[in-house]
Amino acid sequence: MASFDSTFLDLGRLDNLSYNDTIIHRIDPRAKLLVTVVFIIVVVSFPKYALTSLVPFFFFPILMAYLAELPVGFLLKKLLIVSPFAVFIGIFNPFLDREVLVHLGSFDITGGWISFGSLILRFVLTVGAALILIATTSFPGICNALDRLKVPRLFVIQLMFLYRFIFVLTEETLRMVRARRMRSFDKKRPGIKQFVQMVGLLFLRTLERAERIYLAMCSRGFDGEIRTIKRLRFTLRDLLFLSLFIMLFAVFRFYNTNQILGNLVLQVFR
Amino acid sequence: MHMADALISPTVGLTFCAISGGTIIYSAKKLKEEANEKIIPLMGVLGAFVFAAQMINFTIPGTGSSGHLGGGMILAILLGPYAGFLTLASVLIIQALFFGDGGLLALGCNIFNMAFWTCFVAYPLIYRKIVKQDSQPTMITFAALVSVLAAMQLGPFSVVIQTLLSGISDLPFKSFVLLMQPIHLAIGLVEAVVTAAFIAFVRKARPEILQAAATSRLLAQIPIRKVLIGLGVVTLLTGGILSWFASSHPDGLEWSIERITGKSEISEPVKGIIPLLGAIQEKSAILPDYGFKPGGPPQTDEMQADQSERGEAWPAIASGTTVAGVVGSVMTLALAFLIGFVFKRRRSKVR
Repeated sequence: MASFDSTFLDLGRLDNLSYNDTIIHRIDPRAKLLVTVVFIIVVVSFPKYALTSLVPFFFFPILMAYLAELPVGFLLKKLLIVSPFAVFIGIFNPFLDREVLVHLGSFDITGGWISFGSLILRFVLTVGAALILIATTSFPGICNALDRLKVPRLFVIQLMFLYRFIFVLTEETLRMVRARRMRSFDKKRPGIKQFVQMVGLLFLRTLERAERIYLAMCSRGFDGEIRTIKRLRFTLRDLLFLSLFIMLFAVFRFYNTNQILGNLVLQVFR
Repeated sequence: MHMADALISPTVGLTFCAISGGTIIYSAKKLKEEANEKIIPLMGVLGAFVFAAQMINFTIPGTGSSGHLGGGMILAILLGPYAGFLTLASVLIIQALFFGDGGLLALGCNIFNMAFWTCFVAYPLIYRKIVKQDSQPTMITFAALVSVLAAMQLGPFSVVIQTLLSGISDLPFKSFVLLMQPIHLAIGLVEAVVTAAFIAFVRKARPEILQAAATSRLLAQIPIRKVLIGLGVVTLLTGGILSWFASSHPDGLEWSIERITGKSEISEPVKGIIPLLGAIQEKSAILPDYGFKPGGPPQTDEMQADQSERGEAWPAIASGTTVAGVVGSVMTLALAFLIGFVFKRRRSKVR
């Protein structure tokens, strides 16, 4: 995991991005959530050795990133530092699967490298889609969408609370981490004993804060529900967004568009 | 040990989404029936607390490397299984969205691997069985250690199973298990020590919190049999339906060609528009897929069928097809960037 400061800043930056006002940001969160989920399912539904047929799917994240005016460099950096588990497991493929499948000129490419390449493409596409979703949709918006999609309300309300408290608590934690570092010269990280004391203290403060907040909420009439004035409206534009992208994914899934395109180009030059 | 979208198949992903989603609905229903609304903000706050605590790195003694807290068992002990499960699931959702840990489809797997084992197996069947109302501090510490270790072995083991069922990785079962379990024994040991020390800290500072958690009626009882039966039904239904669908329509393209033309193969292209169709057909050659081969072995074992078929399907590819694929890929990407560029230009003009 990256250093505390950068993690904290990234979180804030994604949150800020999600409140921008672009054509993509204005689309109903339900439509964006559904399109993203369909996109991910379609991408992972390709067989193990699919490589070139995954490439057209980059259309979606690239288009979304441009339309939503997202800082592409920032998102790519986040992709790079993301947990390397998939890559770590995938890197075994080239060593285990040594059967030569493709001859490209004088190069022999084994099945392992192809499936590894496919895995990397899957990783970039799926994680990228999730990051783009959160950078174009505010978290309360997503919670609202979940609520309208019949996810249990208790769970959704609790998720909203959690999200709001994250910024408060991480800021408090950031202060504690900095204060400890200042007092302990060259020791960059706390040991387990110190860590438990820090987290314990954080826990006690958190509980007191939770108690105060709960009482304040009760005095304002909290009864286990959060009511918002802003109503979600699923307009024609949202329906268009949803159906156009799903149709596009279907075309990419069922027709090998870049093979067709490549053949056309080769034919022209032949 | 977050499971990733890139490693799973839709069948595995959706099955575990159904399992975890079902458990979320069940837990929410249980909580609504038996807890008061005070628990909602408490869950949110404690979830944010675990989230913040996970961000602090500490030094692991002896190795000099850094580790961080998982916090699943801490939530289960403080909140009980239902609320703990929901809170942990929420933390995982936020991690998946903001950090790209895992992914949205793998979320079901991740919630199952980390939250389900911790809250519905390790906590009720190990921790609660050891810790009684008047347990000694050493017993509580022992219970925390053992239950965390158990959860941290069950979770990675289900990662192995999910990965193998998906068939994207080539790692054989034995070496995968030998890779995952010892690593997570070490990680689990650190997590167990930190969890036990944290619980000891809370017991010293605010003993009434653990007391309240221990005596609450809701937290103690879990109809484990009911939960397991429900899970089994959900798994069989979704897994069964999805894998039936996956095996009867192994490739959407072939399936749609079959429906359009009435046969599964298209005659060899010659000239004109036909090469276009040929390109479509070639796709079935460049993507050997699960058990869809005239006269091939029955689709009982997807991975095996995949292995046996690959050898025959691949050599048939002409290098021209590969070149076309590469050229097409480059073109597609260029086109995507071009469209983006045009949009950007238009936007800056508008401003």
